[in-house]
Amino acid sequence: MTSLPNPEERAGGRSLALLVDLDTCVGCHACAVNCKEWNTGGRFGPLSDRDAYGARPEGAWLNRIHSFETGEGEAGRTVYFPKNCYHCEQAPCVTVCPTGASYKRPEDGIVLVAEDLCMGCGLCAWACPYGAREMDPVEQVMRKCTLCIDRIYNEELEEIDRVPACVATCPAGARHFGDFADPDSEVSRLVRERGGFAVMEELGTAPTARYLPPRRRSPAAPSPPTAEEPESEEPVGRLLAWVDRMLSD
Amino acid sequence: MTRGNHAFGPDRPAGLRPEAEFTEPVGEEVRTTTCYMCACRCGIRVHLKDGRIRYIQGNRDHPVNRGVLCAKGSAGIMNHYSPARLRKPLLRTGPRGSGAFREIEWEEALSLATSWLAEIRRTDPRKLAFFTGRDQSQALTGWWASQFGTPNYAAHGGFCSVNMAAAGLYTIGGSFWEFGEPDWEHARYLMLWGVAEDHDSNPIKIGLAKLRARGARIVSVNPVRTGYSAIADEWLPIRPGTDGLLALALAHELLRTRRVDLDFLARFTNAGWLVIHDPGGPEDGLFARDEEGRPLVRDRRSGTLRAAEDPLAEPALTGEVRLPDGRRAVPAFRPLVERCLDSACSPDAVAERTGIAAARIRRIAAELAAAAFDSDLVLEVPWTDWRGRQQERMVGRPVAMHAMRGISARSNGFHTCRAIHLLQMLLGTIDRPGGFLYKPPFPRPCPPPVKPAGRSGEVRAGTPLPGPPLGFPVAPEDLLVDAAGAPLRIDKAFSWEAPLAVHGMMHLVIRNAWKGDPYPIDTLFLFMANMAWNSAMNTDATVAMLTDREPETGAYRIPRIIYADAYWSEMAAYADLILPDTTYLERWDCMSLLDRPISGAHGPADAIRQPVVAPDRDVRPFQDVLLELGWRLGLPGCVTAEGGPRYPGGYRDYLVQHERAPGIGMLAGWRGEKGDRHGRGPVNPAQLERYVENGCFWQQELPPAQRYYRYANRAYLEHAVEMGFIGRAAPIFLQLYCEPLQRFRLAARGHGAVRPPAGDRDRIERFFDPLPFWYPPFEDERSPDLPLRAFTQRPMAHYHAWHSQNAWLRQIHGHNPLYVNRRTAAELGIAEGERVWIVGREGRVSARVRLMDGVEPGTVWTWNAIAKRPGAWNLHPEAPEAVEAFLLNPLITEHLPEDGEGRERPNADPVTGQAAWHDLRVRIEKVSAEEDPADPRWPPLPRPPGLAPPPRHLSRAPGSEGRVP
Repeated sequence: MTSLPNPEERAGGRSLALLVDLDTCVGCHACAVNCKEWNTGGRFGPLSDRDAYGARPEGAWLNRIHSFETGEGEAGRTVYFPKNCYHCEQAPCVTVCPTGASYKRPEDGIVLVAEDLCMGCGLCAWACPYGAREMDPVEQVMRKCTLCIDRIYNEELEEIDRVPACVATCPAGARHFGDFADPDSEVSRLVRERGGFAVMEELGTAPTARYLPPRRRSPAAPSPPTAEEPESEEPVGRLLAWVDRMLSD
Repeated sequence: MTRGNHAFGPDRPAGLRPEAEFTEPVGEEVRTTTCYMCACRCGIRVHLKDGRIRYIQGNRDHPVNRGVLCAKGSAGIMNHYSPARLRKPLLRTGPRGSGAFREIEWEEALSLATSWLAEIRRTDPRKLAFFTGRDQSQALTGWWASQFGTPNYAAHGGFCSVNMAAAGLYTIGGSFWEFGEPDWEHARYLMLWGVAEDHDSNPIKIGLAKLRARGARIVSVNPVRTGYSAIADEWLPIRPGTDGLLALALAHELLRTRRVDLDFLARFTNAGWLVIHDPGGPEDGLFARDEEGRPLVRDRRSGTLRAAEDPLAEPALTGEVRLPDGRRAVPAFRPLVERCLDSACSPDAVAERTGIAAARIRRIAAELAAAAFDSDLVLEVPWTDWRGRQQERMVGRPVAMHAMRGISARSNGFHTCRAIHLLQMLLGTIDRPGGFLYKPPFPRPCPPPVKPAGRSGEVRAGTPLPGPPLGFPVAPEDLLVDAAGAPLRIDKAFSWEAPLAVHGMMHLVIRNAWKGDPYPIDTLFLFMANMAWNSAMNTDATVAMLTDREPETGAYRIPRIIYADAYWSEMAAYADLILPDTTYLERWDCMSLLDRPISGAHGPADAIRQPVVAPDRDVRPFQDVLLELGWRLGLPGCVTAEGGPRYPGGYRDYLVQHERAPGIGMLAGWRGEKGDRHGRGPVNPAQLERYVENGCFWQQELPPAQRYYRYANRAYLEHAVEMGFIGRAAPIFLQLYCEPLQRFRLAARGHGAVRPPAGDRDRIERFFDPLPFWYPPFEDERSPDLPLRAFTQRPMAHYHAWHSQNAWLRQIHGHNPLYVNRRTAAELGIAEGERVWIVGREGRVSARVRLMDGVEPGTVWTWNAIAKRPGAWNLHPEAPEAVEAFLLNPLITEHLPEDGEGRERPNADPVTGQAAWHDLRVRIEKVSAEEDPADPRWPPLPRPPGLAPPPRHLSRAPGSEGRVP
C-alpha cells in the first residue's frame, strides 16, 4: 500500500483542484473533449480508445458529464454534473495502491499515477468512491485527471494558459482552478460567496474540489400590475384613443 | 508501505521546481485558422508537432469565441484524421449505391466533369442543378452558378433556417443568429424561442454565463428542458408549433396593458405608414405613396401628408385620411392593433392550444414590459439620427430575444418569426441597449434590394445569368415563373409554391429532378450535403429516386450526379463522380461579409482559413476545383482575356483578387496597396499575409455612437455606405406591416400582370398576410390520429452527419433514445428502456424509450443525425450508430398528402418553402415480442477503393504514426 504525504510534508502545501459552477453548465462536453485532446497527446497520455470505429467504442476520459433530472414534472430541473478527480486530501485511491504508482504530491496536493509503476490492477478505481479513475482500455494502466500538471507548470505556455485545459476551454465560464488552501484565492472566495460544496464528504476522503450550486432562479414577477384596460368591448378604439393622448405633444 | 520512485513522484530530487519538470513546448509551431466543426466559425490555434496536429485551442483574441472552444471544435483533430476521409477521385463502376468505384486521376475527373457540364452549358444551362450543403463559401458558389448560367443553385438554407432569415430580413433588415445577437453586455431579460443547442454555439454559452452572473432573467420557450433551457430561470414547455400564438398573445397583453413603445413605433417602424383601404381595388392594403413612390404618413402636428422619409414628418399612428385621389388610408398600426387585440389572440384564447396558462402569459408580458420600460439602462452616448437631430443619450430597452430551429423548421415558421420580431418592436428593443442587436453589414433595407435572376429570357445557353440566382422578391413580377405561372427553377423556389424561397429549396431538388417536374435535368452537382441520408426529408424515397431508372433505356432518371465531399458519407455512395475535398485544416477559405461573416454586434468582422497542414491524400479543396472547372468551361469570370485561368492559384487567389464591385472583394480587411483600407479599397496582393498575422480574422470596432439605433443612426448609415454594406444612407424603417406580402395577396385577388394559377390563389390569399398571424402546422391538420409531436434537437457535441466518424464524439452520442414524458409513457404503459415503434403517416421506425420529466407531455424527441447507414463513414457495420440509433427522416415526407382537389403541396412553409421537418406527428406503440424491430435494415455500404479499414484501437497521440491510417 502507498502512503499519503504526512502532515509535515503537506504543511504549507497548496491544495489545487477544480471548482465547477453548476449554475451555468449546459452539459456541452467541451471540457471533456478538450481534456482528452490535451492529455492524449500530453505527458500523461495517451487516453486510448478501444474499438474506436467499431461496435463498442470505449475510451479513457478524465472528465465525464453526467446529466439527470431532479424534482418532478415541470417544477423539476435538468442538471449537468461534470465530474473528474477531486484530488482528495485523504485519497483512498493512493493508500490502496500496491505499487506506489498512485501518489499525492505534498507541495500542491495533486494526485497522480506514475505509469511506469502501475500494473493495472484497478484497485484504485474500486477505492475511489467518485468513479474518477479510468483504466486505459488499451494500455491497461490507470488514468486520472492530472489537473493538467503539464500545463499549469509549463512555462512554455503563456501564463494565462497555465490552467487545466477544461478550464481554458469552457464556453460557459463554469470551471475555475485554484488553491483551496489559500483563503484569498478566487476559488476560495467563490466557495465562500456562493456556498460551494464538496461531494460525499462523509466518506472521509476530504475532497479538495468543490461545486458551486445553481444560483437562485430570478423570481417570477409576483403578479401582473393591474391592467390599464380590462378586456373590453371596444378594445381597438380605446387603445387608439390612448395612443392619441400619448402622442399628442 | 511503498514509496514511488519515479520522475514525478515524491522521491524526485529535492528542490526540483515543478516548472522545471513540466516546461516543454506543446509543439514546434502554432497556426491560427477558423474552426469548421460547426457553423459557429470560431477562431482556433492549431499546435503542430512533428508536422502533425497535436492540439487545437480557442483563439483568445478572436471575436467569436474569445478563447473558448466547444466539444466539437476540440475534437476537430479526430475529424481531420478520420479514417472516412476520401483519398482520390472516384468514378462509379457499379450501380448507384453499390459502392463500386474505381480510383481515377484528377485530370480524368476534371475532364469528365467538364465534358458533362460543357454540353449542358452549350445547350441548356438549367440542366445543371448545383446545390451545396453546410457550405460557408456561398459567395463563391452562387457567383459560379451565375457565371455558368443556371438558376438552379442554392445552399442548404431551405431546410435549415430560411424562415428565420426571410422573416428577419423582410421585417427588420437583419435576423437572429447570423445577422444579429442579443446585447449580452446589457440585456436584463432574455427570451429564447425554440433554441436548440446550436446556432450559435460558443457565443450563446459565453453570453448566458454573463447573464447568469449579473442576475438577468432568462426565459426559455421550448418543449424540451435541456441545454440552455436547463439553466434558464423559467422554462415554458410550449406545445410545438404554437410559439406564434404565444407571441401574439404577449403582443395582445402589451397592447391591452398599454405597455408599448409608441415613440419607437412611430419613429423607426412603418407603424405610421398609411395603408390604402380600398376593398377590391388594385392597391388595397398597399402603402399610399407620393409621386416619387415614397410611402406617406400623416404628420401628427400639421395633419398633412408627408413622405415617411421627410425629416419633418412626425407620423401619426391613428386616424384615417382621405388621400388626394379620394381613397381612404389608415396607419399600418391600426390593422396591427386590430389583429393583436382580437380576442382570438388573448391569453385565455391561446392557453389551451399553447399549453401555457393564461395567467402565466399575462405575467410574462408584464415582466417583459417591466424589463423594457422600467429599466434605468441609459448609455450617455450622444448620437445623431437620420434626420440630423442630435440625441443626447441611448435609452436602453434591455429585453433581448433569440430564436432558432424550433421556430424555423415549421410550416408556420415565417409568420411565427415575424410575430417574435413584432414583440421586439412593440417593446422597442431592436438595436437598443440591452436588446436585439444587428451584426454588420446588417441592418440592410427590408428586404435587401437584390432580385433572383433566372426569369424567362435570363437563362441562355453559354451565357451567365444577369444577376445572382438567389434574391428577395417584393412583388409577383420578381418571381421565377413562366407565363402560365409554372416554376422556372428545378426546386420551384420563387414560384407560387414558395414565393419567398430566398435560400432555395434544396430538399425538393432530388424529387423534382427525378420526376422531371418542372423539367428533367442532366447533372446534379452536390457539395457537402448528405442528401441520401439525414439531409433528406424522406430518406427511403430519396434513395429510391436516386437509383430509379427509365424503364425503356435503363438509364438513371437523374442522369448524372457529381458529389464533392471530404468523407465517405451515405450520399457519396450514390454519386457517379466523386471529387474528394480536403479537411478544413488543409485549405484556404473565407467567411466573407458578402456571405456569412463573423461580425459581432459592435462591428463587422470577417475571417479566413489557411492550410495548417498539407493534404496527405490526392484530394483538392472544393473551391479550387470549382474555379478550375470554371476555367475549363470558359466561364467569363474564371478566364483571362488570353484564355488562361483567371485565378491560377485557386481560391487563395480569388479571395484576394476577385472584386464583386469596384473595391469590394471577398475580404474587407487590409485592402489597398498599402493594406490601410478597410471595407472598400483596391486589391492588396499581401492581404492574406495580413490576415494570417492577425490570427486569420479582421474586425472593425464601431465607435460607441454607431453601436445602436443603426437603422436610423446617421453616422452609422454613412459609414455603412462607405463600407459598401448599403447603397445609400437612408433610414431603414422596420417593417411591422410587410407590404410585399400584400402584393402577392393582391395578385391572388386578380390584380396585376403576374397572377397565381387558380389552384394557388386561396393559399396565397391566406398565407400572404402582411401582418403576422398564426395557423396550425400543416401536419396537425392532416394527422388527427397521430397525437404526439416529434422532432429532433442537435446535441451540443455533434453537428449534422459529420461527427459520428469522430472517435471521441461518437462516444458521447453513439445512439439516440426517444425521449418521452414520464406521464405520457405511463398512460401508454411504456417503461424506461422499452422498444417502441414510432409510427408516422407513412411509415415507422423503432427506438428505445428514455423517460424524462422535462418535456412537454405531447412531445417526443431525439437527437439529430446520430444514426448512420451500416458501413458509411467507415464505421463498422455493427456500430451503434447503424444498429441502435435511428433517424426520424424516414417518417417525414417532402410533400403533404394530396388535398381534396388532388394537389400535392410541399411539406414546407408556404411563404418561404422552408422544409417543415419539425412538424412531424406520430404515435408510439410497443414493439411486440415477435417483431424484429431492426427490420428492414439498410444493406451495408462497402468500403470504396482507397479507404483502408479503420484502426481498431487508438492508443497513441492523434496524428502520430500508427494512430490513424
